[in-house]
Amino acid sequence: MERGQGPRKRPDAYVIGVGHTAFGEAWEKSYRQLMTEAGLAAIQDAGIQGDEIDEVFVGTMSTGKLVGQEHVAPLLLDGAGLADLHIPATRVEASGASGGLAFRQAVQAIRAGGADIVVVGGLEKMTDVSDADAQAIASSGIDQEWEHFFGANDAALHALVAKRHMAEYGTTREQLAAVAVKNHAHGANNPLAQFRRAITPDKVLRAPMVAEPFTVFDCAPVSDGAACLVLASSGVVGSYRKDAVKVSGSGQASDALALHSRATTTTWRSTAEAARRAYTEAGISVADIRLAEVHDAYTINEILAIEDLGFVKKGEGGPATLEGRTGFDGDIVVNPSGGLKARGHPAGATGIAQVCEVVWQLRGEAKGRQVKDARIGVTHNTGGTGATAVVHVLEGGF
Amino acid sequence: MGVPRFWREIPQRYNLQASRCEVCQAIHFPPREVCPDCRRASIGRMGTVRLSGRGRILEWTRVHKAAPGYEKHVPYVVALIHTDEGPVVTGQVVDSDPASIEEGAEVHAVFRRLGEDGEAGVIHYGTKWRTARIAAKE
Repeated sequence: MERGQGPRKRPDAYVIGVGHTAFGEAWEKSYRQLMTEAGLAAIQDAGIQGDEIDEVFVGTMSTGKLVGQEHVAPLLLDGAGLADLHIPATRVEASGASGGLAFRQAVQAIRAGGADIVVVGGLEKMTDVSDADAQAIASSGIDQEWEHFFGANDAALHALVAKRHMAEYGTTREQLAAVAVKNHAHGANNPLAQFRRAITPDKVLRAPMVAEPFTVFDCAPVSDGAACLVLASSGVVGSYRKDAVKVSGSGQASDALALHSRATTTTWRSTAEAARRAYTEAGISVADIRLAEVHDAYTINEILAIEDLGFVKKGEGGPATLEGRTGFDGDIVVNPSGGLKARGHPAGATGIAQVCEVVWQLRGEAKGRQVKDARIGVTHNTGGTGATAVVHVLEGGF
Repeated sequence: MGVPRFWREIPQRYNLQASRCEVCQAIHFPPREVCPDCRRASIGRMGTVRLSGRGRILEWTRVHKAAPGYEKHVPYVVALIHTDEGPVVTGQVVDSDPASIEEGAEVHAVFRRLGEDGEAGVIHYGTKWRTARIAAKE
């Protein structure tokens, strides 16, 4: 700080550009092409030049196992033609929460005062390996030595959580299915979603079993895709788009990696704590939230999320979903994009895609799925069985 | 994966060797290097104790899409087991009457082959669980 000046106000971070590839099985595109496509779209959307970028982050779960490549941050920056600018480029990893965490790193970089324009990408290319291998790699975010080794995979652990929730709160199989039915209905209106077909509860219940009580329709798919955001500091945001979206709250929390090490599995304290921190920072209460993009890797996840984010009371997540309280006619529209379930779940891209959706909603650009009067939206991204949770509050109309 | 990765876990996986904090006597499995309650005070004061291999099913699921190496075993049961000594562990329930697998059911540890490490074929073993009430319905 220079002499004679008072303490500087911490800069705020704003989203000024979004880019989002179609999610799905992109056999014709490499991970490099996907990230470049999303990155260039975000830069164009923001109206910035490459040499304005101060820092870059990329969230990805497992490029090492999925495409055999680590050290992807500089590689992807080179793909955008920006290697000669020698921009700091950092990869962030937290299993399924890699994208959300990368976003938070970008926000923190701006708030720290060292960067005015930050680009943050999220990426996963999951169909270059077999479906079984992709599922196994996606299970790398659980405890390998004390869960996976004994035959538990990601789906099995979430199934244990679901059965526990059913036993403790009376959540029903039909209520779980209602999450998938709602999110498929929402995804049908999202041109970038992997699944764009409404489904019936019966379709969920009669599908092949994965881990009881889950059928394949309770589980988010294996997907390819990338998404990207451009953030600007409060110092420079006025020079860019007039409809910038403010990141007014950012919260992250952790928990024991293994489910068996937690006192309870039916409340994800990482989510609750991350939400508390984000809401406090933003100075909002749950009543202010109009829409949320939450982490529904399995149907039970959305039920836990809406409870632990405080949208409904503990135990009411199932009935609230079945009654339509989280749909377009409800109190808070949850996963208007279709969520992980229907939009698809290219792991590292998910946390960034969630922010893209909320930005579109707050700008009023979510054609065919626009949430009315959307001014405050929340994103919620978790890794593994919730050992990492990250929650952001985004506000439009600045 | 190399052999040491499996070899070094033999006491814990074969014999359910847990850690015990000598400050507060809390038992942890998988074993810990530091007690989460006593933290600094427990440094250098973590002993070992063997679990009895008895416990109860806290929750269970039947897995139809297997983790790698378990494809031949589907459907198989994965459970959270609340051991008599306190720690909760993740494991499979095998050789049991399906009707006996339920919340609260008493289970005993059994020593089993868990799988092999790909084509290199390091066979690893460890603990699975079996319900105490066998074939009661027959």
